[in-house]
Amino acid sequence: MGLGDEMISKALSLVDVRKQFGRTKIINGVNLDIVNGERHALIGPNGAGKSTLFNLISGRFPLSSGSISLHGSEITNKEPQVINRLGLSRSFQITNIFPKLTVFENLRCSVFWALGYRYSFFRRVSALRDARESAEQTLAMIGLEDRREKMAGELTYAEQRALEIGITIASGANVILLDEPTAGMSRSETDAAVALISRVTEGKTLLMVEHDMGVVFNIADRISVLVYGEVVATGTPAEIRMNKKVQEAYLGTQLEGDEE
Amino acid sequence: MSEILNKGRLVLWGGVAFLFLLLPFVFSGGFSLSMLSQMGIMVIFALSYNMLLGQTGLLSFGHAVYFGLGAFVTAHAINFVEAGAFGLPISFMPLVGGMTGLLFSLILGFVTTRRPGTPFAMISLGIAEMVAASALMFTTFFGGEGGIVTNRTAGEVILGISYGPQIQVYYLIAVWCFVSMGLMFAITRTPLGRIANAVRDNPERAQFIGYNPTRVRWIMMSLAGFFAGIAGALATINYEIITAEALGLMASGNVVLMAFIGGIGQFWGPMIGAVLVTLLQSALSNFTQAWLLYFGLLFLLIILFSPGGISNLITIHLPVWRAGAVKRLMPSYGFALLTGAITLIGVVGVIELLYRGFLFGGVHVAFTWIVSGLMISIGGFFLRRAIREVKQIWEDLSPELARWG
Repeated sequence: MGLGDEMISKALSLVDVRKQFGRTKIINGVNLDIVNGERHALIGPNGAGKSTLFNLISGRFPLSSGSISLHGSEITNKEPQVINRLGLSRSFQITNIFPKLTVFENLRCSVFWALGYRYSFFRRVSALRDARESAEQTLAMIGLEDRREKMAGELTYAEQRALEIGITIASGANVILLDEPTAGMSRSETDAAVALISRVTEGKTLLMVEHDMGVVFNIADRISVLVYGEVVATGTPAEIRMNKKVQEAYLGTQLEGDEE
Repeated sequence: MSEILNKGRLVLWGGVAFLFLLLPFVFSGGFSLSMLSQMGIMVIFALSYNMLLGQTGLLSFGHAVYFGLGAFVTAHAINFVEAGAFGLPISFMPLVGGMTGLLFSLILGFVTTRRPGTPFAMISLGIAEMVAASALMFTTFFGGEGGIVTNRTAGEVILGISYGPQIQVYYLIAVWCFVSMGLMFAITRTPLGRIANAVRDNPERAQFIGYNPTRVRWIMMSLAGFFAGIAGALATINYEIITAEALGLMASGNVVLMAFIGGIGQFWGPMIGAVLVTLLQSALSNFTQAWLLYFGLLFLLIILFSPGGISNLITIHLPVWRAGAVKRLMPSYGFALLTGAITLIGVVGVIELLYRGFLFGGVHVAFTWIVSGLMISIGGFFLRRAIREVKQIWEDLSPELARWG
């Protein structure tokens, strides 16, 4: 593989990304490349800055310094909707849906922009076949067909988590960021979520924050470990398991966390 | 399936058109006709307001600005037509008002829609106050306290329509009301309409599905301004005079009340509010000077007991009706209605006594005081029991209704 190919095959590239809130430094120079088509998990102890990093990539927070590019084009400090239109979609750790819209409408709204309907007030939604079919496809994928006309706010927690992923993938974005998709789920719900994630990210690039190591080792092609705002290691699951530095840093703080 | 739905909808809209056509034959008096005209205007205005509040989640305290500016520009336009400066049939004057409303909401909305919630509400209040103050300052355009007088019979008579008789004005308003209703309903069924709901629910997530919430709010506000302007123009044509009151805070507050009383959760909610409030304002004010107090009382009761407004009260009964459980509610509703009426009469008695200054007096006054007091205490006592009973039956019904919801 030549150097040029390597450049193109990067879905996401973070160069010396830093973020501080006031004097508190949360992200201290992260360099990270996400290869096109891989499933990449971001792990690390609580407070390591995983969610902050997601917020920086997706445009929710501005960077203090550094740069981020998506498929080779600069997205540093762009607005979330601009980044989303370029093909990056994210989910949230705390369920972030449209509670007073039906499940179906949540998904249909998520495809309007990608299908080019923008701010149109001349077209009837019922006549937009592509939007309907696309939303129905996602609906089937996340297994909520029988909840179709229910208000999203009335769903169970696990159903809302599935919808959260549905909204994220509906537009067909090819870079998907999932922030703790299995947080707060029971064992069986987690298994279902893992199957769902594998299914819906088929052929896409996935970057995922996850605490459940079972899920991480099950899904991820590569893993990066974030500790105190720095990536201390990146590698295959096997490499990460063997890594001394990871074991010390990661497990060390994990233990501290347990003592609290 | 959608075709059947459309057929049902067609019947519904046909029914509305028929109703508009028929109303003046049923209520043919001069007073009723001017009240119906007023209702039509307010229906457009209230619906346009709900494009902001109900659909986009923008609580505006200055929506009358666009109504009022549309009305003033229309008044001048009609006067220009009368002076022979240009020719535009009166029938199309609402477009002048609409475009005026659109223009100003485009300009002002650009500044105000950046932040939703309390900042938006406060800024809208500020702008309403600013425009109202300007209206008293720039007297050439706004006509000072006397306002701008105009003549709706200006221009040529087309097909015998001179807009001299009120019935012709009523039908003009009815046509524009029907068209505006149709358009505003259609907008709720477009990508923009749906995204407006999404932005109302969760503006942050809307950004992460590719939408700029500020842009969505701005477009919705501009469209709402357009329809408010149409309503304003119709008001000018209807009354042939427009004063600064039309764009003041009272007028802006009025439309908020209409929307809340009717209910902001359903498209048709504000229509009920507009009709009811207009009815109260025109009819009740004939009976008592204290009508504003009753109006306030009604608003209070609705916010307390049915925060979703009258339309919500109707929609929560749909599942009951489908489940065939209306019969079970009827006795307790009858009981509540009876005790409510008794209490209400007592309250009205006390209010009227106080309002008219009959604190002490002859035997009649004392008698009225005693009867009113008794009605309030006895009626109120049983009303509370009735309300408890109603609540209990609703609780008993809830598992059944869940299946029909």
